[in-house]
Amino acid sequence: MNPYYNAEDLKKFGKIGEFQETLAKKFFDYYGEVFAEGALTAREKSLIALAVAHTVQCPYCIDAYTVDTMEKGCSEQEMMEAVHVAAAIRGGASLVHGVQMMNKAKELSM
Amino acid sequence: MKSLHATKHELANASTQLDLLEEGVRDRLSLPLFQQKMQQADLYPLLATGVEILQINVGKMCNQVCKHCHVDAGPDRKEIMTRETMEQCLAALAASDIPTVDLTGGAPEMNPHFRWFVEECHKLGRHVIVRCNLTIIVANPKYHDLPEFYRDHGVEVVSSLPFYNADKTDRQRGTGVFKDSIRALQMLNAVGYGQEGTGLKLNLVYNPAGAFMPGSQEGLKRQFKRVLKDEFGIEFNDLYAITNMPVSRYLDYLFSSGNFDSYMEKLVNAFNPTAARGVMCRNTISVSWDGYLFDCDFNQMLDLPVESRVPQHISLFNAEALNNRDIVLHQHCYGCTAGSGSSCGGTTA
Repeated sequence: MNPYYNAEDLKKFGKIGEFQETLAKKFFDYYGEVFAEGALTAREKSLIALAVAHTVQCPYCIDAYTVDTMEKGCSEQEMMEAVHVAAAIRGGASLVHGVQMMNKAKELSM
Repeated sequence: MKSLHATKHELANASTQLDLLEEGVRDRLSLPLFQQKMQQADLYPLLATGVEILQINVGKMCNQVCKHCHVDAGPDRKEIMTRETMEQCLAALAASDIPTVDLTGGAPEMNPHFRWFVEECHKLGRHVIVRCNLTIIVANPKYHDLPEFYRDHGVEVVSSLPFYNADKTDRQRGTGVFKDSIRALQMLNAVGYGQEGTGLKLNLVYNPAGAFMPGSQEGLKRQFKRVLKDEFGIEFNDLYAITNMPVSRYLDYLFSSGNFDSYMEKLVNAFNPTAARGVMCRNTISVSWDGYLFDCDFNQMLDLPVESRVPQHISLFNAEALNNRDIVLHQHCYGCTAGSGSSCGGTTA
């Protein structure tokens, strides 16, 4: 068995309370409230979570929110557009630092 | 695509399906059998609460061959209800106060006695629901006036539309089904279905196009309403989110795609006693094309008739005996009791 990123481990997420019950309970209560219907719909939150899952590159989160967005009736186009949002922000975050590079380069150049 | 029945597939056999379901749940997944789960929830035996809906399957013939169909319906299925059996259904209705008749198939409209049967049910003053696959309305000119026929007989139309775009819908129901379904929905809207103030109900059925469960019925309804209105000008009343049952073609899909174990595990772990208390078999009797009685359409397809202590054929219909029957349960029942529950009218919890 591969000791890293075993898909079966996702089902055991709820068991993190075995080692620290109080904090786990607080986390899962909070988690549940975050994803409930609110000013944003549960569907919108699920698409955001799918994008963030790709940003943090968590395979458990990617599996979980692929299923969740499908269950919530999101189309495959919507799901991929969410991933592109993650990619755009990640790419943009690198590129915007190009301004820093340009500033420094100009400072040092004749 | 042909039916499992036509290709003599092993899953065309009901007892093979039941064996595979039980073996999978008990032996491979080491999970409790459905009866045990119901015992733990203090719901075994599960008792009927009355007969409020007579759901009549008028035949397995259909113009579509959907990948998830629990009936294994299609153009190659020739089993359809005779007028004589319909007359027995009408006699049972006349002798009882069952308020609702729910007609299903196949495509019920393909039965040559369909319109006569609807008229007779209507004359008896019963509320008639037709589970219309939509595409039948545009399949042939002889069906084009179905929306007017439904309107004139106060029929409630319940129609499957698994997604609000062509891609997912056609993958499940066949090429071109989405386009034809949209046209049919527009025809139903044109005679008043789904329009405020007409009283003509048009409800859609959503079921997942794959090995996952339906999400919140309310959320799905909101999304379908928005997209269908914005993109096609279509209106409807309610949306029923239904869980795919591990029966027949959907069971075949689960096995052939390697999803059987994870899907069954998900259903079992999502068992909800509140959903189990509200299952539709408790207030429904399902009649097969040849007149036999079942607790639901799924039991019908799995050859699990109503318990042997009560009359098992519509010609022997006895509402009082059926009101007090024990429901016949098996592993597929996990589909109706998972999460928010599932029934022909959507969620149950």
